[in-house]
Amino acid sequence: MNEIIIQIDGKEVKAAEGMTILEAAQKADIFIPTVCHHEKLEPFGACRMCTVKVEVRGWTNLVAACLYPVEKDLVVKTRSEKVDKIRKMILEFLLAHAPYSPQLQELAQEYGADQDRFEKESSFCVLCGLCVRYCAEVKKKNAVGYVDCGARREIRFIPEIAAKECIDCKECFELCPTSFLQAAFVLTESFAFSRDSSPTALKK
Amino acid sequence: MPRINSASELEELRKRVLSKRDPDKPSTAICAGMGCLGLSNGRIISAFEKEVDKKDLKAKVDIRATGCHGYCEKGPVVVIYPEEICYVEVTPKDVPEIVSQTVLGKKVIDRLIFTDPDTGKKAAHQSEIPFYKNQMRHLIGNNAKIDPRSIDDYLAVSGYSALSKSLFEMSPEKVLEEIKKASLRGRGGGGFPAGRKWETARNAPGKEKYVIVNGHEGELGAFMDRAILTGNPHSVLEGLIIGAYAIGSHQGFIYTRHDTPQLKNNIDMALAKAEEYGLLGENILGSGFDFNVEVHLDIGIFVSGESSALMRSIEGNPPEPRPKYIRTSVSGIWGKPSVLNNVETWANVPLIIDKGSDWYTSTGTERSKGTKLVTLSGNIVNTGIAEVPFGTTIREIVYGIGGGIPKGKKLKAVHFGGPMGGSIPESLLDTPLDFDELAKLGAPIGAGSMLVLDEDTNMVDVTRYFLDFLSNESCGKCVPCREGIRQMLKIVTNIGDGKGREGDIELLEEISEVTGAASLCALGKTAADPLLSTLRYFRDEYGANIEKVKSPAEKRD
Repeated sequence: MNEIIIQIDGKEVKAAEGMTILEAAQKADIFIPTVCHHEKLEPFGACRMCTVKVEVRGWTNLVAACLYPVEKDLVVKTRSEKVDKIRKMILEFLLAHAPYSPQLQELAQEYGADQDRFEKESSFCVLCGLCVRYCAEVKKKNAVGYVDCGARREIRFIPEIAAKECIDCKECFELCPTSFLQAAFVLTESFAFSRDSSPTALKK
Repeated sequence: MPRINSASELEELRKRVLSKRDPDKPSTAICAGMGCLGLSNGRIISAFEKEVDKKDLKAKVDIRATGCHGYCEKGPVVVIYPEEICYVEVTPKDVPEIVSQTVLGKKVIDRLIFTDPDTGKKAAHQSEIPFYKNQMRHLIGNNAKIDPRSIDDYLAVSGYSALSKSLFEMSPEKVLEEIKKASLRGRGGGGFPAGRKWETARNAPGKEKYVIVNGHEGELGAFMDRAILTGNPHSVLEGLIIGAYAIGSHQGFIYTRHDTPQLKNNIDMALAKAEEYGLLGENILGSGFDFNVEVHLDIGIFVSGESSALMRSIEGNPPEPRPKYIRTSVSGIWGKPSVLNNVETWANVPLIIDKGSDWYTSTGTERSKGTKLVTLSGNIVNTGIAEVPFGTTIREIVYGIGGGIPKGKKLKAVHFGGPMGGSIPESLLDTPLDFDELAKLGAPIGAGSMLVLDEDTNMVDVTRYFLDFLSNESCGKCVPCREGIRQMLKIVTNIGDGKGREGDIELLEEISEVTGAASLCALGKTAADPLLSTLRYFRDEYGANIEKVKSPAEKRD
């Protein structure tokens, strides 16, 4: 692997070819906020909290640090007026759905996000997809997935798979930034599991 | 039909096809495009067949169900050759009379020809009708002349001569050079130079490369691509094969709509026939060049027309866009260099090769060359598809071809580019049709849909409609797009309902800035464009609705 030197917030950072900006920053102990990122999972690029400003070959752009590959002479600024503005509004968007998420509240303080800026639509899920991707990529079970698209997008447990796979796993629960996932699972369990597969039936 | 093994065999075959055709033999071209299909033109086609059978004219008269002629407003349209007499709004009842009077008797039926609603002037021939007269029909013109299911018909209009020329008289580099010299720009929306895209893919490392036809055509109000792909599928296929040759690709894909059986049938037929003739598959025309094509149907979501989502869809994944930090022309389908151009772009390729880049660049403006297909819909007299040279003013298109606004109303705006496009007001109607000129005005040309809006239109409502569409059609993956559109839609709906609040416009502008800068793909990045263009030209309409709430008297109502 070739070593590439990039600059993050004025600091020279050594990175390996194929790394993303986020990986390079984490290695150098430079913090970039994320919501949908997890080191065990493929980069997703959905929350856009990791948006940073890059300059390369005289070209400036805002990119997702979790996806953008490092390259020679890349100059990264992890914060700027515009970057902060974007992160603030993303947090305000998410807080309209999940006002009580500790992770989001902590970030909201940092970026001055107003949790009441947008009308509450307490779906509690912020669609980061950590559960969906963890189940697909790590557990290879696909017991939880996305349904529908656009503003109607939701996560759902697939009862037939979940009844078999989830009871002894539940590893995705702790990944959830809003704890909605547990509620969704309990709901699926109570409404859609067949009687003999539900944990209460098993205990009897 | 034995396969063709060389350029000379192709020309011999063409001669044989032409020699069997008598240019004086009467033939009828019945438009079987989407619009006319919806007006039960199937009954007209069978009426013609019945009539010809009854009078035992099969040997004397050709009946041709063709692709879209473009004049949807006056459909079903029937053209009788060789005189090119054009009948509009034909019904099955008219057919016996058309056969006896016009096809056999060479007489024009006055009742069925076009009458100008303003002047009362009649026009018997297609070339005299204002809708057609003011066009330059390089791409769509052949639609009336060929049966899309007949490869011989395509050969009769010099079809596949550009492919033969490319394979035998030009190197791949020379083909690429010609496309670059022609300054062909992508017709799907971005207007990116096709030659540069091809060159990037050609120079990208790797043996396996792909070429793709984007026939998704999700833009609201755009229906030119299906007219070309259904009406003249070989022209698109020929362009694709030439592109593959230039790039060094041996596998192509046609990605198109699942909801139009006629479209798929015609493509399948074209592919099968081209393969049978040796124009597709292994050792094309004996040149040693191999190329295959697969058809892939969408799943009916707007975002699957976005290039990276489309490529994921072809891979068999959900059509979610991915970031293009590495261009798809370098890393596309399965990480291989992939060139995606839309239907109209590919259809331009044989023309450029056949007639040369000098001929091609003699039409158009400084930076937008050739012709453009535009679709006219909304508050306009002539709904349909028109093809005009770049540089034609919007006013000429709306009034000269489109016939102006119905019921004597005034024009308020022309909206370009569908849900991620923009509107221009009446005062800018003398702007030429040009990628860059329109983009500067905040109304990029998009795929070429022109939605004409009259004075009664509420522009806030137009914006609300597009945002509502996008909020359902975004994939929903990234936050700025999904949530930004959701919030903008809420605010615009409130304003539309007279419940706007002070600061709403500023908030809309702030959200649009974030979705524009931080979204993952072009859908999110340009989702606010209709909003921004209506704020630019019709800001008072938003303001008026906000004022309403501020007035306490109205609040009490």
